[in-house]
Amino acid sequence: MSAHVPERVRREDEQLARERQKIARDGPKLKGAKLEARLERTWSRPRGIIGWLATVDHKEIGRRYIVTALLFLSLGGVLALAMRVQLAQPDNALISAQRYNELFTMHGSTMMFLFAVPVMEGVAVFIIPLMLGTRSTAFPRLNAFSYFMYLFGGLLLWGAFLLNIGPDIGWFAYTPLSGPQFSPGKRADIWAQMITFTEVSALAAAVVLVCTILKTRAPGMTLARMPLFAWAMLVVAVMIIFSMPAVALASSMLISDRLIGTNFYNAYEHGDALLWQHLFWFFGHPEVYIIFLPATGFVSVITETFCRRPVFAYPIVVLALISTGILAFGLWVHHMFATGLPRVGYSFYTSASMTVAIPTALQIFCWLATMWDGRPRFQVPMLYVVGFIVTFVIGGLSGVIIASVPLDLQLHDTYFIVAHFHYVLIGGAVFPLLGILTYWYPKITGRMMSDTLGKIGFWMILLGFQLTFFPMHFAGLLGMPRRVYTYPAGLGLELPNLLSSIGAFVVAAAVVLFVINGLFSLYRGAIAPSNPWGASTLEWAAASPPRPYNFAHIPVVESRTPLWDAEGELPVVTGLRVDEKEILLTTVVAATPDLREPVPAASLWPLIAAIAVGVLFVSSIFSPWAVVFGAIPSAIALTAWFWPKDLKRQPEPVIS
Amino acid sequence: MILEPRFTDSVAGLPTHKFGPSSLTWWGIIGFMIIEGAFFGLAFAAYFFLMGHEQGWPPEGRQAPNLLWGALFLIVILLSEIPNTMIKKAARERDVPAIRALMPVMIAIGAVLLIVRGFEFNNLNCRWTDDAYSSVIWMLLFLHTTHLITDWGDTIVLWLLMRTDLGWEGRRLVDTDENCLYWRYVWLLWIPVYLMIYWVPRL
Repeated sequence: MSAHVPERVRREDEQLARERQKIARDGPKLKGAKLEARLERTWSRPRGIIGWLATVDHKEIGRRYIVTALLFLSLGGVLALAMRVQLAQPDNALISAQRYNELFTMHGSTMMFLFAVPVMEGVAVFIIPLMLGTRSTAFPRLNAFSYFMYLFGGLLLWGAFLLNIGPDIGWFAYTPLSGPQFSPGKRADIWAQMITFTEVSALAAAVVLVCTILKTRAPGMTLARMPLFAWAMLVVAVMIIFSMPAVALASSMLISDRLIGTNFYNAYEHGDALLWQHLFWFFGHPEVYIIFLPATGFVSVITETFCRRPVFAYPIVVLALISTGILAFGLWVHHMFATGLPRVGYSFYTSASMTVAIPTALQIFCWLATMWDGRPRFQVPMLYVVGFIVTFVIGGLSGVIIASVPLDLQLHDTYFIVAHFHYVLIGGAVFPLLGILTYWYPKITGRMMSDTLGKIGFWMILLGFQLTFFPMHFAGLLGMPRRVYTYPAGLGLELPNLLSSIGAFVVAAAVVLFVINGLFSLYRGAIAPSNPWGASTLEWAAASPPRPYNFAHIPVVESRTPLWDAEGELPVVTGLRVDEKEILLTTVVAATPDLREPVPAASLWPLIAAIAVGVLFVSSIFSPWAVVFGAIPSAIALTAWFWPKDLKRQPEPVIS
Repeated sequence: MILEPRFTDSVAGLPTHKFGPSSLTWWGIIGFMIIEGAFFGLAFAAYFFLMGHEQGWPPEGRQAPNLLWGALFLIVILLSEIPNTMIKKAARERDVPAIRALMPVMIAIGAVLLIVRGFEFNNLNCRWTDDAYSSVIWMLLFLHTTHLITDWGDTIVLWLLMRTDLGWEGRRLVDTDENCLYWRYVWLLWIPVYLMIYWVPRL
């Protein structure tokens, strides 16, 4: 081992080993206020605007993700209201057909790519390290980079929309409509490049989450003791890793068809427009579960806490998460039933689409059993769980119905489909999200949200939602196609559309109420104790809001519900250094202590790298040479990101 | 913390680096390998999807790519595993002088490969604008080339770092080990890509 080490280096090694003994570490001799003051100093980011931009604290990045995603939710919601105003009465001429195309494209793209996926990642980035009992995510600079890429993608899409070059090709941008022949100009390129931004961001965040969940769990938190939300996010992150390359590849091929004349989707030169649909839905269907599975994690968290009982049949819930994740990759063709498929394809994808209902139903039965056996307290988060179950089951049932090919051929591209996916996406993901934001609000801000406003908001959104989307089933059955900017009078479509438009404003009012509640409680809410709901998981052992270092000592986990079994004391390990940022890595399955890992200092380079890559992406809309010339500043920024700022050897590694 | 700490073990004696799956970056690299593998898998799927529509492959009137430069590339990249393995072994044995000496060899090999790759592009017997077949062939070669370039840049940066005093640090040796792991991935990827570009059109 040491045969190659020269004498000079060996002496240096010994010297560093001696210095290592002097490093201050937490333990019985360094605890309490004195320890916390030192950790505070070590883990705080630099002050001021530079520090704000350079932060790698997962809590700050997670908060930014959540706030940005909620802003995009509001923007997408405003577009939805505009569409509902247009459709409130027949033959309405308020919005032109072209503008309407832009509105539904922007609405769908914003909700799927700029709200639903990022908000789930944001919540996870904030809470997962706390839940796992650690002080940071893995690769915190990559985490910061991922946020900036997401932000720039959103700014690109909305900036273009405001400049009247927003995309108008639908959120799934089917070729040949989105190809060079039928979409001249840059609208389609804006859409495709927004995809590149958000996919880079989502993939980076997925790697961060997988590594965080596998390697940074508190000692003793074996895979079998991991909170169900962490399981859900692990499955989701792996799904992102396997599915998002499909849409990134497809949209890159689209851009190259449009920019440099390749022929992937060009039927005249033996390309195939259906290739787009296959690649897009190979991503697009898992995407639905990428949005839904985190929400099932939220539901498990809330159900457990508010029923005062561990979730019934933990292994079944975990297996259901994993099997949903796998089955999600076998369903994409059911979006393409109307394109003409081999008969065996129809049968296979119909049965696969029906099969995926089984693990989902198993989870729902497990939550019902938990409520049955526990003592549910119907506070706001739990109400959202109940609203979720009711709404999601309706959406799930209409989903099983349209998995049947003959019916799907009839209902394809009608408002029945619009009703179905809003039931599963809003009922299945947004309701649990509003519940979990209420639930984790005290952890994020240190204050409680108003219970009264929360309950009023819940009933408004639940009933407003049904009023908006239930009539759409009937509009669809009556034959109203989606994505039409108006409809003639006398077909029986007036009533369902008017009801939907009224309902949309009720939902919007409820969302506004939620935002008001959130902002008001930030200043006036009751001060939250560390564990206001009496929950069982580790994030509630940290202060509300958590200090920059999360935990003064790294907790040890001895059961699935550590705080319920704590009996006034939390077992901890000691020995992490306090003068530099350091976390503990554990083994993947058994979570036994494995390594000590330095945590990178705050840095501006992730932001600079994101700007450089962003310039590359945006200019490559206009010229292929941007890929070549844009690569140079990107490479410089990425190198500077990794290059140690101090080339002197330290007693223990630091990432400067 | 409202809960009083109950002190158990100390982790102060744990190491700050290990090779292989204990390392955090190892998992990160595996994650990115899977992402890139998914890109290639889907590109292969697109290739076969387009091939399924054709009477012949390459389509009538086109010639399969010339074999010479692709074969040369394959031989050189397979042989590059010899110095690559030596570097990987040296990293695990903390043989920093060997690493410092061998990494320029890898960089030179990378430069040769990039030149050969240029000739490959010239010998595809098609331009990407010709038809869907040509587009997909160019895409495969382009995708692999991006890996070649990024790993080459990566290796140069790492070599510069290994020449500093920090080269003796355990974590930099882990970096070296994992850079070699990634290079294995790049040449392993080339085998199916090579077959798809040069031999499937000759079946």
